[in-house]
Amino acid sequence: MAERAQPLGATGAIGIAAAAAIPLLILLATVAIIRVAEPGSGLARADWAAIRFTLWQAFLSATFSVALAVPVARALARRRFPGRGALVTLLGAPFLLPVIVAIFGLLAVFGRGGLVNAGLGMMGLPQISIYGLHGVVLAHVFFNLPLATRLVLQGWHEIPSERFRLAASLGMDASAVNRHLEWPMLRQVVPGAALVIFVLCTMSFAVALTLGGGPRATTVELAIYQALRFEFDLDRAAFLSLIQLAITVFLALLAYRVLRHAGFAHGLDRPMMRWDGRTPVLKLLDGILILFAALFLLVPIASAVARGLPEVLGLPQAVWVSALRSLGVAGASTVIVVALSVVMALAATRLKSQGGWIETAGLTALAASPLVLGTGLFVLIHPVANPEALALPVTALVNAFVTLPFALRSLVPACRTIESEYGRLADTLGLHGWVRLRLVVLPRLRRPLGFSAGLAAALSMGDLGVIALFADPDTATLPLQVYRLMGAYRMEEAGGAAVLLLALSFGVFWILDRGARRADA
Amino acid sequence: MRIPCLGAGLVLAAGAATAGNLPELTVITYDSFASDWGPGPAVEAAFEETCKCDLKFLAAGDGAALLARVKLEGERSEADIVLGIDTNLTAEAEATGLFAPHGGTVVDLDVPVAWEDETFLPYDWGYFAFVHDTGLQGVPQSFEELADSNVSIVIQDPRSSTPGLGLLLWVKAAYGDRAAEIWSALADNVVTVTPGWSEAYGMFLEGEADMVLSYTTSPAYHLIAEGDASKAAAPFAEGHYMQVEVAGKLASTDQPELADRFLAFMLADAFQAIIPTTNWMYPAAIPDDGLPDGFETLIQPAKPLLFSAAEARSARGPALDEWLNALSR
Repeated sequence: MAERAQPLGATGAIGIAAAAAIPLLILLATVAIIRVAEPGSGLARADWAAIRFTLWQAFLSATFSVALAVPVARALARRRFPGRGALVTLLGAPFLLPVIVAIFGLLAVFGRGGLVNAGLGMMGLPQISIYGLHGVVLAHVFFNLPLATRLVLQGWHEIPSERFRLAASLGMDASAVNRHLEWPMLRQVVPGAALVIFVLCTMSFAVALTLGGGPRATTVELAIYQALRFEFDLDRAAFLSLIQLAITVFLALLAYRVLRHAGFAHGLDRPMMRWDGRTPVLKLLDGILILFAALFLLVPIASAVARGLPEVLGLPQAVWVSALRSLGVAGASTVIVVALSVVMALAATRLKSQGGWIETAGLTALAASPLVLGTGLFVLIHPVANPEALALPVTALVNAFVTLPFALRSLVPACRTIESEYGRLADTLGLHGWVRLRLVVLPRLRRPLGFSAGLAAALSMGDLGVIALFADPDTATLPLQVYRLMGAYRMEEAGGAAVLLLALSFGVFWILDRGARRADA
Repeated sequence: MRIPCLGAGLVLAAGAATAGNLPELTVITYDSFASDWGPGPAVEAAFEETCKCDLKFLAAGDGAALLARVKLEGERSEADIVLGIDTNLTAEAEATGLFAPHGGTVVDLDVPVAWEDETFLPYDWGYFAFVHDTGLQGVPQSFEELADSNVSIVIQDPRSSTPGLGLLLWVKAAYGDRAAEIWSALADNVVTVTPGWSEAYGMFLEGEADMVLSYTTSPAYHLIAEGDASKAAAPFAEGHYMQVEVAGKLASTDQPELADRFLAFMLADAFQAIIPTTNWMYPAAIPDDGLPDGFETLIQPAKPLLFSAAEARSARGPALDEWLNALSR
């Protein structure tokens, strides 16, 4: 279709301004960091140790996650069983799961008094400790094994089913299928999956905060937090932020290059039938793998719920107050994400083929980790106001930034579709501006908008990053409250608060996502 | 010191009701002081009886993180009094210029050092020690024995915690140039490093380590409050580093007179009598009734160690680098 000249309109102008504001704010934060950063005597040995630990734990986490994900994904790809769909959906759940809830669950299973150590004790084996490197890697594998499994499983589904049909008619057994179909696919998919997980693990603050122990298990992000909250050394926090920024930008660029892979040729989308792998041994092996993966995911969550559920009603007032605060932060994040993503998506649609940069502008939010962005804002705010007083707005804003790329990912194509399908009709009817938005665009955006809003609310609800940097004890959000109660070894209350957090995170997602779908029907 | 079940400051903070139009005095302190089981509630009740004011405690992590927070807030702080740093940090705190002189004449104190500080006043003191279960076999009697043993310990981060900083200076005072070597040898005994005393003591009680850095007075809590004689402090041959905990008035306070009255009250009998069985430390001015029964069972270190405030300030940086280097390997 030839591009029609279309007036940008007020919404479009706001969208462009919003899109420009994001990289600008990041730039501003970075400049603020650079201005105060004091390299001092350069990198001390402890700084090198933090960099080494950050990369090493991310490497181990990515390796274990992907190495375990490949057999699990293969088992899921070639088996059909009741509940398979539910299990695959469940693999997406850790994305919404508040980190501190997962940690509470992992402690209940792998901690000193947990199930695993009880089992080891009964067998007369030495106890394991969850603090330090193995704890950090364990938690990261817990979060990323499901992600890796989904990414690899998608690779399997992208192999056209006709090829498996052909392989079967040629009489290939499992190892031949592996060699000719699966191995080439894995060679394309696995490096990308591993890299994504590697990047995520270099930025995961809450895990290092709770399970890292001492200078031996300190990530760069944890060192930033310590410099700011333990010593109030802004120069050092800024310097460490620059290091973290360099790591993430380098990795993000690397990921961008690696992830552009070519896919398989398309098939006819016939349901995949597998004729290989029908031997009893392989069936048993796949069954065990799937069971193991499901248990590894479900047992910690179930333990957290079992331990915390009876405590929820008896929670002290302070916990309920912080839950309200978290709902407020989640609500604010949601409003910001919805407003920004809609105006940006509309602007991208109006700009036609020149609109690509709008999505890229949203993506820049991912280059700065939330903690680095938080440090930048802290440095900017401190000379003019007490950062603690702004803890909640800043948390809402930073969390909105983190969700924005995902929201744009689903809204931009949706807006383009609406414009191409209804644009002319709306023009003919003279629908412009707000009326057009209300009558034509928004009703058709409901689903992706509901999903994006749900994502924003859930992620913001569970965040334990920026808030730890900014909050004073009086303005704790619910995740921070869980962390503090755990630190004080008030495990019953921590468990109750964790269950409340879990329910609220999934609850807000469900209401927004489902609510939009229901209204759509 | 602090009692073991903490973090309750959070509960306290949210439940605090404002009492009418009374002037408000805000004391920012460490978590365990403000907790339900700490001295906070009793001190609040005692002071409010006479002050015609509303006393409010704000909890802010452990003692060293407390100073970081005071620096962060600067002159914007809502707090009037900072209570809970120790003499290892007073020189650093003084240098911020955020504190005002206490202005009072120092009466008879029972702290084991001569008191000449014009900004800060002490409210309690104690000796650092490693606390263990009496069932522990082969209790180490020195840092070198500890380093050679398989005994596991939980310690606190010297950047956020005054006991953590105390341990750093304890090793420095006892071993001087050999401190780095001692830390390298201790590294494999350390299960984990916690941000504050509360977390570390909690982990020890849950059985996550054989010993925890605390105070010679900690066993008194178990003995007196719980009737449990199963905890003991290990006497170390090098001597024991002391901690003198202090409070000071912020220059930015909007209640200077009330703040002065609180500092005076802090050294009076009513406050001092609360300290031994809630903060589990020695009172800075022993009340008329003396120390509670049970305190006589505690070990008495033969060789007390303590840097002056100025010495502690200049020793901290290099000692911290040694500690970070040894423990990050």
